[in-house]
Amino acid sequence: MASDTSKRSSYFLITPMAAIFAVFLVIPLVTIVIVSFWDYDEYRILPDFILENYSYLLGSSVTWSIYLNTLKYAALTWLFTLLIGFTVAYFLAFHVRSLTWQIVLFMVCTIPFWTSNIIRMISWIPFLGRNGLLNSALINLGIVDQPLEFLLFSDFAVVLADVHLYALFMVVPIFNSMMRIDRSLIEAARDAGASGFETLKSVIVPLSKPGIAIGSIFVITVVMGDFITVRLMSGGQSASVGLQISNEIGLLQYPAAAASAVVLLITVLLIVTALLRLVDIRKEL
Amino acid sequence: MTIDIKKSAKNLLTDNAVSRRGFVKGAAVATGAAIGSGAITGFPTIWAQNIKNVTLRQFGTGVSNINAIGDKVKEDLGFTLQMTALDSDAVAQRAVTQPNSFDIADIEYWICKKVFPAGTMQPMDTTKLKNYKYISKLFIDGKLTPDSEIAQGTAPHTVGFVEGKDSVDFASEPTQWMTLIPTIYNADTLGIRPDLIDRPIDSWADLLDPAFKGKASILNIPSIGIMDAAMVCEAMGKVTYGDKGNMTKDEIDKTIAIMIDAKNEGQFRAFWKSFDESVNLMASGEVVIQSMWSPAVAAVRSKGIACKYQPLKEGYRAWGGGIGLAKHLSGLELEAAYEYIDWYLSGWVGAYLNRQGYYSAAPETAKKFMSEDEWGFWMEGEAAEGDILSPEGKVMEKAGAVRDGGSYEERMGSVACWNSVMDENKHMIRKWNEFIAA
Repeated sequence: MASDTSKRSSYFLITPMAAIFAVFLVIPLVTIVIVSFWDYDEYRILPDFILENYSYLLGSSVTWSIYLNTLKYAALTWLFTLLIGFTVAYFLAFHVRSLTWQIVLFMVCTIPFWTSNIIRMISWIPFLGRNGLLNSALINLGIVDQPLEFLLFSDFAVVLADVHLYALFMVVPIFNSMMRIDRSLIEAARDAGASGFETLKSVIVPLSKPGIAIGSIFVITVVMGDFITVRLMSGGQSASVGLQISNEIGLLQYPAAAASAVVLLITVLLIVTALLRLVDIRKEL
Repeated sequence: MTIDIKKSAKNLLTDNAVSRRGFVKGAAVATGAAIGSGAITGFPTIWAQNIKNVTLRQFGTGVSNINAIGDKVKEDLGFTLQMTALDSDAVAQRAVTQPNSFDIADIEYWICKKVFPAGTMQPMDTTKLKNYKYISKLFIDGKLTPDSEIAQGTAPHTVGFVEGKDSVDFASEPTQWMTLIPTIYNADTLGIRPDLIDRPIDSWADLLDPAFKGKASILNIPSIGIMDAAMVCEAMGKVTYGDKGNMTKDEIDKTIAIMIDAKNEGQFRAFWKSFDESVNLMASGEVVIQSMWSPAVAAVRSKGIACKYQPLKEGYRAWGGGIGLAKHLSGLELEAAYEYIDWYLSGWVGAYLNRQGYYSAAPETAKKFMSEDEWGFWMEGEAAEGDILSPEGKVMEKAGAVRDGGSYEERMGSVACWNSVMDENKHMIRKWNEFIAA
């Protein structure tokens, strides 16, 4: 009897969450999967069951080059945000001694987030442009004679904006993990004769892994699905998977967009699964 | 056109009302229209009573979706015109799939080619339109002047008429039944920064001139971008087209291959998709030659930066839109719609559009609403005697300026190709995506 009641109350308690997931996640996803098998012409989508959307998508060299490009952005952004995020978090967690200052400096990290990320991104454009602030400064200082063209509307610009936009997503979870590290472990390492680098390698990095994994998931999923940064910072000259989907929607090719979305979803899920294989996040939460 | 251009047009227009001269003339027409309405319907008294209750819902892509027009309709004709602005894809889809959601469709001619056959619109009886006779010949038989050549692509007159009242087959000759009354149209070409280019530009081929390596741009809206690309390839002599408005797969492939080569050589600085982007690229000097729209050139100039809408020897790529009636309209609403369309052609709107640098469908009627100097500048390619003002009174050009490309006849008379939708549209879009991803 007692177990029956508790079972029933358990079901009752998970109902709201399950309902929210069903309405806002499962149903839209199922719809997308169904539509990805439909046909379309200029103005309509036609219920059908065809594999053409997928066969074109997977068979086209464009798709592969777009995926390669997107993965390149994701990998570079991940690398730089990780280096920056880890360094900032390490500084905050281990070099700043007082809790007040930790909180103050942590708040400082969030200041750029008080403005919209579109604004933060667009403000790079006049800075990096041919006649922009940076190029004018470099020319005036006599460092270069010609404006550096690669600064704007290039892969460099895309990765720069991505790193700028998403570095905090890496700082926060890593900082959180580091703050949970028992300080006595570090003392023990020192007492056992470990150098600073060895402590970092054998104690801090392994114990920060859950934070690194969570930060990585944030950054990689956001960059994989991004379209506006790529469009604005590459000057429309590079493509990403998100941009491809956005273009297809603009042209009313919903089934093609749905197929692209399904393939992207699978790709990102594979990446996330691989990350979770490497680090058991649940153990640490 | 996309939604962006509309937004900018709207922003330009919302803050200021009509000039006093415009108002006085408008009032004169209001009286004229009131008398005219009686002549058309035959029962003026009932009309005057009921007309105020009519609301016509207009939706469209148009740069012509201008609030000032809605206000003027209320003032002159008494009924309410609700306007909704959508992008061209959404307009096309809605015209086909939700035929009862609109009364008046404001669509581009190439959209009309796809939409009208779906049977959700009805043709207009031209005998009910007093001002029909003033419509530019360009929209009747495709010839602005008797000796002009008919351009490629979806030339408006080819989809301007149907065989009969209930027909959806486009007529090859002008008939009594018109699909769309033209509202707004223009001829597009390349914009350049004359201060940063030291040689004359006279051909579309100049877009891919290595001298402008890293300083060129093309618009990234596939259906329009491909046309600009085709103008370039044809001018270079690399591809010959049967009809640039309806290319074969082979022609598309060749065109895109040339563009991909140019992209890989680093010819392009950026691609633009919205009106603002094209303005910024040009104003900042990132780009010195690119596809552009006329109001964008005006926007660059208004920042005090030299920008020229360069006429080219191969001619212009033109676009045009018009308004048509929904199938479900009948009775008083249909009469009101006819009244509105006739009013549209009667001159006030035409003058308004001309002052924005577009063209009115019935130039003769618009002339009455413009000063001699305005008419000379915008339509006849003459030097402005005084400052030229936009419809909301902002100085657009200083005295002495001459319109790029010259007169109406010179510009609209040398259209090489009209915006269109191709039979191989799906293939074209895929190839265009290859170009962007390359």
